[in-house]
Amino acid sequence: MEEGSRPGLLGIPHPQMERSSTLGCLGAQAALVPVHQGRDLKLCLWDLAEGRNAVVDSVGLESVGFCRGSILARGQQRWMLAVPGGGSDEIQILEMPSKTSVCTLKPEADAKPGMPMCLELWQTDSSPRPCLLAGYEDGSVALWDVSERKVCSRIACHTEPVMGLDFDSQKARGVSGSAEKALAVWSLDEQQALQVRGKHELTNPGISDVKIRPDRKILATAGWDHRVRVFHWRTMKPLAVLAFHSAVVHCVAFAADGLLAAGSRDHRISIWSLYPRS
Amino acid sequence: MDPVPSSVRLTVREAVHTLSSSEDGGCIFSTLGSLKRYLGGTENPALPGEQEEFARVHFSAVLRCLVSKLNPDWLGLLPNGQLEELWASFFLEGPADQAFLVLMEALEDTPGPSFRLMKMARLLARFLKAGRMAAVMEGQCRQQAELAFPLLQEALLIKVVGLPDRLGNCLQHENLAEFFPQNYFPLLGEEAVRVLQAVVDSLRGGLDCSVSFVSQVVGKACVYGRQKEILGVLVPRLTALTQGSCLWQRVCWRLVECVPDRAMEAVLTGLVETAPGPQVLARLLGNLVLKSKKARFVMTQKLLFLQYRYTTPVLQSLLGYLAMDSQRRPLLALKELMETWGSSSAIRHAPLAQQCYVSKAVLICLAHLGDAELQDSRDELLASLMAGVKCRLDSSLPAVRRLGMVVAEVASARIHPEGPPLKFQYEEDELSCEMLALATPQPAADSPSEAGPPVAPVAAEAPDKQTVEGGVPQVRPQGSDSELDSDDEFVPYDMSGDQELKSGKVPMYVRDCVEALTTSEDWERWEAALRALEGLVVRSPAATREVSVELAQVLLHLEEKTSVAGFEGLRQRALVAVTITDPARVAEYLTSQFYAINYSLRQRMDILDVLALAAQELSRPGRFRRTSQCGSPGPTCPPSCTVAPTWRAVVDERIRRKTRRFSKGSSRQGPAGSPNEFNSVAGYFFFPLIQGFDRPLVTFDLLGDDQLVLGRLAHTLGALMYLAVNTTVAVSMGKALLEFVWALRFHGDTYVRRGLLSAVSSVLLSVPAERLLEDLPDELLEARSWLADVAEKDPDEDCRMLAVKALLLLEKLKDKLLPLSPP
Repeated sequence: MEEGSRPGLLGIPHPQMERSSTLGCLGAQAALVPVHQGRDLKLCLWDLAEGRNAVVDSVGLESVGFCRGSILARGQQRWMLAVPGGGSDEIQILEMPSKTSVCTLKPEADAKPGMPMCLELWQTDSSPRPCLLAGYEDGSVALWDVSERKVCSRIACHTEPVMGLDFDSQKARGVSGSAEKALAVWSLDEQQALQVRGKHELTNPGISDVKIRPDRKILATAGWDHRVRVFHWRTMKPLAVLAFHSAVVHCVAFAADGLLAAGSRDHRISIWSLYPRS
Repeated sequence: MDPVPSSVRLTVREAVHTLSSSEDGGCIFSTLGSLKRYLGGTENPALPGEQEEFARVHFSAVLRCLVSKLNPDWLGLLPNGQLEELWASFFLEGPADQAFLVLMEALEDTPGPSFRLMKMARLLARFLKAGRMAAVMEGQCRQQAELAFPLLQEALLIKVVGLPDRLGNCLQHENLAEFFPQNYFPLLGEEAVRVLQAVVDSLRGGLDCSVSFVSQVVGKACVYGRQKEILGVLVPRLTALTQGSCLWQRVCWRLVECVPDRAMEAVLTGLVETAPGPQVLARLLGNLVLKSKKARFVMTQKLLFLQYRYTTPVLQSLLGYLAMDSQRRPLLALKELMETWGSSSAIRHAPLAQQCYVSKAVLICLAHLGDAELQDSRDELLASLMAGVKCRLDSSLPAVRRLGMVVAEVASARIHPEGPPLKFQYEEDELSCEMLALATPQPAADSPSEAGPPVAPVAAEAPDKQTVEGGVPQVRPQGSDSELDSDDEFVPYDMSGDQELKSGKVPMYVRDCVEALTTSEDWERWEAALRALEGLVVRSPAATREVSVELAQVLLHLEEKTSVAGFEGLRQRALVAVTITDPARVAEYLTSQFYAINYSLRQRMDILDVLALAAQELSRPGRFRRTSQCGSPGPTCPPSCTVAPTWRAVVDERIRRKTRRFSKGSSRQGPAGSPNEFNSVAGYFFFPLIQGFDRPLVTFDLLGDDQLVLGRLAHTLGALMYLAVNTTVAVSMGKALLEFVWALRFHGDTYVRRGLLSAVSSVLLSVPAERLLEDLPDELLEARSWLADVAEKDPDEDCRMLAVKALLLLEKLKDKLLPLSPP
């Protein structure tokens, strides 16, 4: 999401739609349009402005994987959507709101990374070419150049499927969490090559989401151990363990003002105020 | 007798005549002036022999005459109050004892509030202010050498000490502040010090003196209960004066020795309480305990065994004083103390405070005595110690048990140092810490330094410092590891609770839990099942009811096979949850097991606790709402309870929209009424428990050794009774409970009696007043007389208080019923 857009919403399991998730919101002039990805092979656009709650549009999906899509806003009414594609290891890029398929990213035949598990579209201010970071089932993270449709770099960060990743485009550093008991921090060098910078042991295995706060000071992880963990982003020093939920935490998100929200399988969303931004 | 009247006599006679008849101011003035010559101190004093004769024979008569003339007119004969000044000078400058006696006599004889009375009271105040009381006492001290007048002394003594009372009587509301006891007795103390100073001076000058009058004054003041006032002044002064002066010390010893026997106890207790430490006490008393039998009795028996109101520092100075000198040391009655400590009858009948007092005395003695001295009587000491420990550990009062443990640990280490040390597990509280501190010998004991700061404040300061020093590193977080950036001010939160999650093995169903708890060899699963059980039971009442008794059985027999943090609490909460879910059947099972054989005392007490807690939860108003609210999100919740809130929400919303509110306070919902769930099942909880207490089993005898459980049973029954308020079964429960109490009312164990007393209170609170009077009048009367008896005579303070509370409830009951009764 671009700077200045609305705070991302959480993936909250809806009673009727188990394991659906919200991808994010688009800051539009008139209406706020979140995108909702359900299990019914549909990706819905909701109009939530001024208290409305109506589905505006929907996109048919071709796979029913665990993978959450990613949005990249590219202008007032134009945005790009990355969703898992038809083949089990494919990623589809759509131009929205026209729903035209831009391309399908398919790994090379001998790579066999498994299903994509998490996606992160991003774009540097200097270059107009969007990039896509994808975490795969085999524990690797790959950097795609979307316009060229090729993998720039791919590293094996984890031994288990990558469940969540976030990227700090200013520092060219990213972090990913997987089903295993560690967080991986990696960086992107000038030659668009990914490098593992370090691994950070956790108390309990399983991370379902990772988010860096917009000011890039801290990051939060959503854990299978019901806890939200907060780290210092630069040093990766553990800062806090938030034990409130009584079931798996699915996702975390930061608001623009620094508040942290966590959504859990226990039907609760917790909002936290941590290290307020000065 | 002297046939020829002396010149003094003639002059006095003439003067008295003039005084009583003359109305001429000048004449009176000159007459008084001529009499004043005999008092000395003027330019033209009379001969010493004449002065003495005047003082001894005529002075009182002249004073009486002066008193009789006192009225406003007479004083007004000369301007500027000259006459009054001259009049007063006779009292203030003449022999103090006679002046004092005449003044007191006149004060007591003068009726009502009057001019004369007030004048004389003011004069007496001046007399006191001028320090003449010292002169009164000093006169008695000097007279000792010649013939003392015992009658005069006695009269003086009574008046000196009784002055505040007498003046209070005479002056009533007009009393002057100087005569208030809180002002007078400190003054008397100051005067006594001055007298002693004079005595010391004259002893230095080689003159013989006696301090016995001062002793009597101090003794009598102490008997009057004015120890704090008079000794509060006397002791600090004497402490300073006796330091480094043998003469002063001897005078001081003499002072205490001369105290009459009947006042000895009052003086000694006052001294022991006021003296800041054993060194000072030793300086003030000397070897008094060896010389005076009465003093020895007070110091070694009365203060140790018969009384227990003194604070620990007092006890320390007393025992320290005894231990300081080799001659006094044999009086340090450790053996007797230990015997008292170990006597089972004393433990049963002495109040807890006295037991603490004796225990402290034992520990202080142990700290003072050397190993060799302990070895002499080692066997006796050990025997008493063991007896005492055994009795205390059997007690059902935790405080008594702890007392036994603390003393046993310390004493056994001292008496039997070579043996393995006794070690108990007890929770440290203020008392035990204080007692342990007593056991370490004080280094100050042999330091020659002045009493200085007492021991307690020093001990209190030290830990303060430690905590401050220890607190600093916590307050300041350790510097961020070599990161100099400014955004490193993020201080980590406490993450100590971050433990590994044993989530994978948590059973999801009640039946799984039962199975895991009974058969699982996988301890993680076992623990997870135990932890999850309460929540599962609450969430799925229907599933729990299917296996409720089985589950209760499993939990009751559950043993802590691995070290699970909070095992007892988990088990108890789970049992309570099961009991609440299926009260009738589980309570029936638990109560039947309470009297079954082959249970440990712990299990039986657990049963009682669980029943009480479950009853409390069941009887709590508004219980349903809470459970339904937290239960609704659960996956197993029946649909009805999720439907109900939405329905209500819709209605509420509709009302909210149609209603205009002018103020927006927080909308508060009153507690909704709901039936007392305990009503229908109270009988299952109560009656099986109360029925079997008098049938001993092989392994379980409530009326015998297992009095701890009996006490707990009495408390539980009381609690059940209390929780059964407003239920229909309360009346028959109350009747049964009163019978139970009646059967056990003279039980020897304090804890049991406390339970019975609280049970009586519960009956009075829970059974409706009319029903109590209709159905249980005899029981109430019996209970009342028993309560009155306990309130007065029970050795335990708590018992007495509970009895008083129950009596108050009875009174209240009477008040409630009286208006109802027909006039």
